[in-house]
Amino acid sequence: MTYTIQIINMLASMLLLIAFAMLSQRRILSLINLFAWQGLVLSLSTFVVAYSTDQHHLYYSAGLTLLLKVLVLPWLLHRLIRKLNVRWDVETLINIPTTMLVGIGLVIFAFNLAAPISQLSESITRGLIGIALASVLLSLLMMLTRRKAVPQVVGFLAMENGLFFAATSATHGMPLVVELGIALDVLVATFIFGIFFFQIRETFDSLDISNMEKLKDD
Amino acid sequence: MMTTDQRLGILFQLYQSLLVVLLAPLLTGWVNQCRAWLQNRTGPGLMQPYRTLRKLFHKDAVMAYNASPLFRVTPYILFGCMWLAAAIIPIIAVDLPFSPAADVIALVGVFALARVFIALAAMDIGTAFGTLGARREMLVSFLAEPALLMVFFTASLISHSTQLPRIVEALAHHQFVLYPSLAFAGLAFVIVLLAENARIPVDNPGTHLELTMIHEAMILEYSARHLALVEWASSLKLFAYIAIGIALFVPYGIAEVGNWGALPQAIIALLVKLTLAGAALALLEALLAKMRIFRAPEFLGTAFLLAVLGLLIHFLLGA
Repeated sequence: MTYTIQIINMLASMLLLIAFAMLSQRRILSLINLFAWQGLVLSLSTFVVAYSTDQHHLYYSAGLTLLLKVLVLPWLLHRLIRKLNVRWDVETLINIPTTMLVGIGLVIFAFNLAAPISQLSESITRGLIGIALASVLLSLLMMLTRRKAVPQVVGFLAMENGLFFAATSATHGMPLVVELGIALDVLVATFIFGIFFFQIRETFDSLDISNMEKLKDD
Repeated sequence: MMTTDQRLGILFQLYQSLLVVLLAPLLTGWVNQCRAWLQNRTGPGLMQPYRTLRKLFHKDAVMAYNASPLFRVTPYILFGCMWLAAAIIPIIAVDLPFSPAADVIALVGVFALARVFIALAAMDIGTAFGTLGARREMLVSFLAEPALLMVFFTASLISHSTQLPRIVEALAHHQFVLYPSLAFAGLAFVIVLLAENARIPVDNPGTHLELTMIHEAMILEYSARHLALVEWASSLKLFAYIAIGIALFVPYGIAEVGNWGALPQAIIALLVKLTLAGAALALLEALLAKMRIFRAPEFLGTAFLLAVLGLLIHFLLGA
């Protein structure tokens, strides 16, 4: 039993580490690969939680995560960036060390925020709420600091990963229907974002979101 | 009167110190040999560092006209610092008489002392290269040092002590626990090790290309026995860092308090770990590319970040 807790803690730390790696990543292609890795870690942790608490529906959600977030979504994104031809785009964004420092600040904030919440919980893995919250905030930070559209969408998907992790680790998962609904939502969102990308590029000849500020009525 | 235990302790302290001094060039030779193999070269053989040292000790030293006494004594201070550091670290047993003399913070101080002297000596002659090397060294090390301290603090928080022997005791001789915080600290430590020992992504130990060198630029003016001591000190530093890494992250096999019978086993464990660590270091260097000097702050910033994350995770998860 203690070993499963240790493994879940380890996976949670890896989740946080990957969130930071995504924050520091300049290349879109590596960003998507990192997203796939995060999905894998998430799926593994869900599996371990399922095993340790003996809840069968969590096995399904682990499998669903593996299928959707490690295989389908990264594949879709890869196809998208190949079609958009932004594979080797090196993004210019506000300098990375500063972003990382802000990230550390966010982690401290999230840990402090989660501390009283975790004390209410009876669950064995209550310390993980802080980590989940931190990865949600880090993904949000990534969405804020990126200028191009694709990394923002990856940030959005990573944020969903953090929420999903909070759900499985802290409360042993939501009902399967809810999880299926969320999974479908994410999938559909990715499709819609893909269509948006093409529209944005068609209009502005670039995926830079700052162009959209010019859409004002004068 | 000394008890048998104390006498044995002193004996093993001497033994460890001698072992470290004699093994350090071999470790450097092994890393170079592995690198040569990975680059499809034959390599100079494991004994090459010893041959270089012998050659250097037999030559006559040449000094610049304007060299001050500081330049002259620096190689000895450097060698002394590294040897002292290696004597403090529990390499074969945890209760050596030297170990309580200094904790990890003092150990970082010893490394810093050596660094200050080599940087001053590099600037002493007044050549452009020496100054350039010293400045770059300072840029790299002032970023690496806080990361190293944070790594030590993470280990100290787990074991409730800043003494290396106590840390080893807590980690090696109790029930096995998976520490996420130590995993972060380990990653950070690898980055610090690469940066502090002038290894590839930050500095290239095998080059004399003026645009990229850091460590080599500082010691350009040294020759003969002084150069030999500086080179030997670098080997000792690499050895000491790897020994710290072993003590913090894979301390299994280091002999326990009073258990002198476990020493042969400890020495075998040490040799195996050094061989693996050397090969891993060479592999890492073969896989990475030398980065621009202005990327180094970002690289070391990552180390600091990882170490701080380790600390935070320790506070959150208590592990």
